[in-house]
Amino acid sequence: MTRLNLLLLAVLTACALGLVTSQNRARKLFGELEHEQERSRQLGVEYGQLQLEASTWAMHARVERIATRQLRMRVPDAKRLQIVRPEGAPQ
Amino acid sequence: MNFATSPVLTLTLPTWRSRLLLGVFLAGFVVLLGRAAYLQGLNNDFLQAKGESRYSRVIETPANRGRILDRNGEALAISTPVKSVWAIPEEVQLDRRELARLAGLLELPPRDIEKRLAGEDREFVFLKRQISPEIADRVADLHITGLFQNREYRRYYPGGEVMAHVLGFTGADDVGQEGIELAYQDVLAGKSGSRRVIKDRLGQIVEDVESIKGAQDGQDLALALDSRIQNLAFGQLKAAVEQHRAKAGSAVVLDVNTGEVLALVNYPTYNPNNRSRLSGAQLRNRAVTDTFEPGSTLKPFTIALALEAGRVRSNTVIQTWPGSLSIGPATIRDAHVERALTVAQVIQKSSNVGAAKIALSLPAQSMWQMFESVGFGAAPRLGFPGEATGKLRPYRSWRPIEQATMAYGHGISVSLIQLARAYSVFARDGDIVPLSLLRTDAPAAGQRVVSPETAHAVRAMLELAVQAGGTAPRAQIMGYRVAGKTGTAHKEENGGYAPNKYVSSFVGFAPASRPRLVIAVMIDEPTDGKYYGGTVAAPVFAQLMSGALRILDVQPDGPMEPIKLPADDEEIKESV
Repeated sequence: MTRLNLLLLAVLTACALGLVTSQNRARKLFGELEHEQERSRQLGVEYGQLQLEASTWAMHARVERIATRQLRMRVPDAKRLQIVRPEGAPQ
Repeated sequence: MNFATSPVLTLTLPTWRSRLLLGVFLAGFVVLLGRAAYLQGLNNDFLQAKGESRYSRVIETPANRGRILDRNGEALAISTPVKSVWAIPEEVQLDRRELARLAGLLELPPRDIEKRLAGEDREFVFLKRQISPEIADRVADLHITGLFQNREYRRYYPGGEVMAHVLGFTGADDVGQEGIELAYQDVLAGKSGSRRVIKDRLGQIVEDVESIKGAQDGQDLALALDSRIQNLAFGQLKAAVEQHRAKAGSAVVLDVNTGEVLALVNYPTYNPNNRSRLSGAQLRNRAVTDTFEPGSTLKPFTIALALEAGRVRSNTVIQTWPGSLSIGPATIRDAHVERALTVAQVIQKSSNVGAAKIALSLPAQSMWQMFESVGFGAAPRLGFPGEATGKLRPYRSWRPIEQATMAYGHGISVSLIQLARAYSVFARDGDIVPLSLLRTDAPAAGQRVVSPETAHAVRAMLELAVQAGGTAPRAQIMGYRVAGKTGTAHKEENGGYAPNKYVSSFVGFAPASRPRLVIAVMIDEPTDGKYYGGTVAAPVFAQLMSGALRILDVQPDGPMEPIKLPADDEEIKESV
């Protein structure tokens, strides 16, 4: 009887310790998960900011300004324009 | 007497006393056990809650506001998180150096901060809202007690002033206040959620207990707007308003097939990213909320009605001699006196007398029905806040002179977007298209107003109006056939017409063989001496139309020859 009791006590202790370690691991992993989720949020925010930056740089007004002022580009005037119709297209 | 024989030793207490004591103790234990069982088993809510409040927290999970995109997926409005700094004034202890550094970071005068902290509210005061996360981190590094930060969202508009009137803006709490932001608030706004978690003593989350409500991000909104055309329109409009020293201007570009609004610009405008010192004039989305008397741009509708009723044909001759027509005490005049004009020439030369005579041959009721069926006098139902309906009085109260003037667009008022939409009747085959601010991609089903034959006949007349001999040769563009009509009208002021204040407009579409775009341009009060629609508004139309057709890769249907424009100082007069 005593032997059985001792055995059960040992099993119980082992179970209890197992529970403690697994709980601890679960919390650690959860912490990591939280961390990663926060990082994903941060990256989402950064993505939004980069999108914002991209569309600010790509604003047509700015592109047009650079094209006309720095690169000295302009729309060709009517005399220098020739329209090429795709072959077989109706005239 | 010795101790052993002391009678005290032999004294015995009655047994009931010890029993009683035992009983009392036992009863005490029973009560204790009962109470413990009651608190832990039966009525444990209170203690449970007390315990949980030590470690469990409900935290909010934020949701993002949806983005607004143009039809090609370019971002027009994006929310990004920012911080706001607030304080509990009672707890804040600032020395001089800290105050100076805080003021420097927040870009506020130190005296301003002191004043706010010394204000009436001792519990809560905002020091500055919507500062960038980087600056917020540096403020946090100062470690000032009593100073806290909140996470907020701020909306950015990369398109700035070009898109301002369409998009509108949001307030400090990320709630739409104008334009699309207000109209589609429900779609764009996210629903923030909440979840219950367990925190340790360091405030870190160690366990997720339950999600009470999932956060729902707002939906992205794809507009019908094409930012390339929008930008082009803004540039052209701004240049024209400045060149003619006008008070304001608007332009609208519609897709004929789908009814989508490809561009909608107003000038003056504002920068939605920096809204300090805004005036009402800047904020007004004139193309939608303001109405004006359109003038001659309404003539085609009267003509279409006469054609439809079989009263006239394109080549029917109308007597316009001597260039004026008296109805009661009032007289209608033409800028060019012609002996007689065909119906097509009435449009081409924009003759008021001709249009008035045709109108007077028609019943008032059918004219009213025509105006009503092309959308005048009713809101265009775009979903914009504050859409104007315009003024279209019931036909029972029309006097003959009013019916005559309405034929050429006086005594009736419309908004520019109503006018543009109404022209879709001629650009399509006689049906009017419903408008959409959102991308639809699918052709829209219109509502029939006139027969296809009538629409084609009016279209041919409108083509004449932009050619040499018409009122708007400056609306021509190379490679495409254009159809359109000028409008020049005196402005209404204090119940009468102001003699030297005009609204110049042009509405047209192209390519005339298979219309793709309707463009309406309106310039309000040009003050540099030129005021005819053909001189002021038509060139804006031509520039905008040729650019937009090139952007959309529309196949040319006209001769590839340079346009012969009238000399710069030559003005084609139009009846006002």
